[in-house]
Amino acid sequence: MAWTKQVLRVNLTAGTCVAEPLNMDWAKDYLGQRGLATKYLVNEIDPKVDPLADGNKLIFVTGPLTGTMAATGGRYSVVTKGPLTNAIACSNSGGFFGAELKFAGWDMVIFEGTSPKPVYLLINDGTAELVDAAHLWGKTVWETEEVIKKQHQDPQIRVASIGRAGENKVLFAGIVNDLHRAAGRSGVGAVMGSKNLKAVAVRGTLTSAYQIANPEAFFTAVDAGKKVLAGNGVTGVGLPTYGTQVLMNVINELGALPTRNHKDTQFESANSIGGEAMHEKRETDGKANLVTNGACFGCTIACGRISRMDPGHFSVKDKPQYHGASGGLEYEAAWALGAANGVKDLEALTYANFLCNEDGYDPISFGATVGAAMELYELGILTEAEVGLKLTWGSAEALVTLAEWTAKGEGFGVAIGQGSKRLCAKYGRPELSMSVKGQEFPAYDGRALQGMGLAYATSNRGACHLRGYMVSPEVLGIPVKMEPQATEGKPAMLKAFQDLTAVVDSSGLCLFTTFAWGLQDIQPQIQAACEGDWSDDRLLLIGERIWNMEREFNLAAGITGKDDTLPPRLLNEPANSGPQKGAVARLDIMMPEYYQVRGWSADGVPTDATRTRLGL
Amino acid sequence: MKITLKLFASLGVHLPPECRSRLWMELELPPGATLLDALQRQGVPPGQCAIVLLDGVWVPVAELSSRVLQEGQVLAVWPPVAGG
Repeated sequence: MAWTKQVLRVNLTAGTCVAEPLNMDWAKDYLGQRGLATKYLVNEIDPKVDPLADGNKLIFVTGPLTGTMAATGGRYSVVTKGPLTNAIACSNSGGFFGAELKFAGWDMVIFEGTSPKPVYLLINDGTAELVDAAHLWGKTVWETEEVIKKQHQDPQIRVASIGRAGENKVLFAGIVNDLHRAAGRSGVGAVMGSKNLKAVAVRGTLTSAYQIANPEAFFTAVDAGKKVLAGNGVTGVGLPTYGTQVLMNVINELGALPTRNHKDTQFESANSIGGEAMHEKRETDGKANLVTNGACFGCTIACGRISRMDPGHFSVKDKPQYHGASGGLEYEAAWALGAANGVKDLEALTYANFLCNEDGYDPISFGATVGAAMELYELGILTEAEVGLKLTWGSAEALVTLAEWTAKGEGFGVAIGQGSKRLCAKYGRPELSMSVKGQEFPAYDGRALQGMGLAYATSNRGACHLRGYMVSPEVLGIPVKMEPQATEGKPAMLKAFQDLTAVVDSSGLCLFTTFAWGLQDIQPQIQAACEGDWSDDRLLLIGERIWNMEREFNLAAGITGKDDTLPPRLLNEPANSGPQKGAVARLDIMMPEYYQVRGWSADGVPTDATRTRLGL
Repeated sequence: MKITLKLFASLGVHLPPECRSRLWMELELPPGATLLDALQRQGVPPGQCAIVLLDGVWVPVAELSSRVLQEGQVLAVWPPVAGG
């Protein structure tokens, strides 16, 4: 069995760490990671609990393929009720932390209660203890990781921690591991901060932490899968060379790049902040922003960006700590920090991104919230006196200053840290928040890509591109090409993407494999690693079960079909330029059909027949 | 006729050196020229073309040799890429 079958339950109130056996009946029905931890969470918390209150729980969880030799098998997730959305939250991260947790012998760590003082959890294989973190409170992620490694004289300890954003309960604070990989979205870091939990530090050395059910079949399947990834133009060449950032120009040319808080759908300076620009040598110092690419545990794609800033750039010229190479811009971050605000300064975006990594907050929600603030400023609703800055569109100075303030809870950064929904409501213009269920959009316009609009509206964790990536068929032609403006067939395709994504997110694999892999590549790896029958049909049923379980949690939390919508701007204001000019999001056409293919009632509730079919 | 040719990511090397930063060039072609003609003029291997947009609208790679260009159109091409 590829599970360790061990769960670590940490009661922060009592200060106890207790091992318990993994519920294998649930593992068979929910696989692992996203699905399995969500099953535990929904079984253990009141759906109406305040996400930042004692009654919420926080689960770190691996999948059955995490820590195996499967390509990209290094993923872990953090599952909780999210403070940004009041909905289910599941944030997925790479790096090396997840595999280390598995090597220490744990499928899952469940945190409950609240520590009376700052602590971190130290796991050494089968032993775990809560350690005083008074000396770490107030430190950044980068400082925390360094101090813990020095303190325990072990550079191989893997650390997942919160920075000052999590401590200050910034509602989009994330949890960062390995310096610049993050469980970034929905505010999981704020929940960790609310529990006075600064970090989880893990050292795993157990060679028998888990057993592969059929090693020969597993290695055959893994080898075949790696060959597919290496031979595919996207995963073998495109992603390693240009990273996700190569999408900037693609999406802009297509007229689907949300710009200046979604007022526009094309950014005139997209080429200045995209993947190609990161390869260009700067005029100032003759060096490129991009230093190299990087890979997470077991990954044979290596899409990660490692960047070095121009040391003479205004944002860092007196700050040598930012002159070294560190985690660079990915597409979503570059969009949110750049096009969403009209900022075209690649170095400023890189600096803001460094700060997001250093102090643990989501660049998507941060950047999009700055965009909303800039629109409020341009409308005269926010003033320079109130903000302490000129918040004009395109101001790199404003962007980096707000990035410096937000995690530390200084000045107007406090308001930014509440996210765009609360910010815009506070100033009487709630419709200017470009969000769904309180979470900000990522980098694709929901008018220009009809399927993505539907994906945002129905995502269980609020606006998100990683719950059903309709960009694949609508832009990239993977697995088939669908026209961006078409609505026909999109609900059924989205359901298939959402269910398959739930399977991948529950396996320990990275979603990016699906640019090359289909279920026919993934299924044999799961089948060989895990005992029993893991047919395609069973896996897709698991995916559908997970999606409906998340939906039912949200319904019980008070989020209903009325929340399956988009901001008025996307429904009523046509795209103003480019190939999709004139488009608005056609949820009116797609949503009834989506509910139907989901087996839900007209108001978005799973029917009894659907619940019975899925064993819910 | 003149068209605008945009070549992105690794295809940028097929642009004249002075155009590689901005990633586009103007191309003079005879009337009736196809998308394939435009790409071959710059030495772009058709096999490396994965995403082809003509005025922002997707063109299947299989239609490169049959689709005729019109004056002023914008042809944008990428190798296999993705993101998220």
